[in-house]
Amino acid sequence: MEARGSPVGRRVVLGMVGLGALGVVFGRQLNSVVSNTVAATVPGLGSIIPAAGGFRIYTVTSGYPEMSKADYRLTVGGAVSTPLNLTFADLESLPQTSMTKDFQCVTGWRVDNVPWSGVLMSDLLAVAGAPATATALTIASFDGAYTESLTMEQAIRPDVLIATSMYGAPVTREHGGPVRLLVAPMYGYKSLKWLSNINVVDSVIPGYWEQRGYDIDAWVGQSNGRSDEPVT
Amino acid sequence: MKRFTPIERFAHRTITILMFILIATAAALYIPDISVLVGNRGIVKTIHSVSGFLLPIPLIIAIAFPVFRMNMRELNRFYPHDFAWLKRQDSTSIKPEIINPDPVYGKYNAGQKLNSAFSFGSILIMFATGMVMFFSSLFTDDIRTGATFVHDWLTLAIVVALAGHIYHAMNDAQARMGMRSGEVTPSWAQAHHPQWVWAQTQSKGPRKPDEMDKISSE
Repeated sequence: MEARGSPVGRRVVLGMVGLGALGVVFGRQLNSVVSNTVAATVPGLGSIIPAAGGFRIYTVTSGYPEMSKADYRLTVGGAVSTPLNLTFADLESLPQTSMTKDFQCVTGWRVDNVPWSGVLMSDLLAVAGAPATATALTIASFDGAYTESLTMEQAIRPDVLIATSMYGAPVTREHGGPVRLLVAPMYGYKSLKWLSNINVVDSVIPGYWEQRGYDIDAWVGQSNGRSDEPVT
Repeated sequence: MKRFTPIERFAHRTITILMFILIATAAALYIPDISVLVGNRGIVKTIHSVSGFLLPIPLIIAIAFPVFRMNMRELNRFYPHDFAWLKRQDSTSIKPEIINPDPVYGKYNAGQKLNSAFSFGSILIMFATGMVMFFSSLFTDDIRTGATFVHDWLTLAIVVALAGHIYHAMNDAQARMGMRSGEVTPSWAQAHHPQWVWAQTQSKGPRKPDEMDKISSE
């Protein structure tokens, strides 16, 4: 026995597997502990330390698009009485709404209490004169690939915003600036980034992620097989 | 001196390539500044998943070879000279006190043994938690979040351990040569793994290179 030494390697491996299993089982609780302590005390670490409460940046094209406020245009078309071609300043001259909402990603991360402001989708659609009979929107990004859809009923909710500001500052390029969509009650992929076009259409056309298997009606906690707490 | 047989070098080389692909794609998926530079999330995710599926395969192939299993046994076992190595204050060589009949006795120091155990455990855990994330519809939110948590934190630990592994290799050309060509000079072996050299002279005679080739090609 002595001549064979002690199986330290095996103990290390088994110990790691045991710790890993504990981490999987209690990861959710550990996650919020890390997120509430580390991220709260050192904000900059949020994007580097795992699960410390930061946003993850997802982009579906090569790199991510850049657009200055001066060059920015938002077009609203389709079945509307007044097609719009708005500059960033035009958006700022419309009624402004602010809200603070949790942001929940379908991959599991969540950022609590993000302050947003901009123009309510319902206010914008009223300016464009969307008919009461309209059923859906298609929404497109100037990255050339990202698209989304909403039913009209969903679009006019008071928590669906054309966001021009996040955390009290202009929406940055990586977060979808200068203008992005915020569909607060749904998973993050519905909140299209780099917003450039909204069309009022007859039927729901599945967007980029929906064509890749994600649910069209992406209510937080009631879709995509997930049971996250609703956002507040 | 023959230090590594082709199957050991095959396992090391293929796992190295896969690990580099996995870490590079992980950085592109995970670190915001790199995510926005690389983009193409769908493709990067596919490369990461495929590489993850492939990662255990070199190990499974290698374990089919008796010479590899013999090395695993030696890496697993800690002898008194290994504990002495961990406690050592200077680099004076530590004399072995017992003999294991395997010709790989003393081939690795305790640091290398710990690194191999950590790497093996890491591959098991990363593979298992990666599977949970890949087949996420089969698991509850709690398990998915827990698996992601473990996968993310263990990544950090692996990057730190790998940095140390590469740092030590960069400081030792002979060690790198041993993994690249399979051969090391006797003077290097005497300086770095005196137990190994000593044990071979004390046992039934030094292990002959062609003998090991025969084992590895079985």
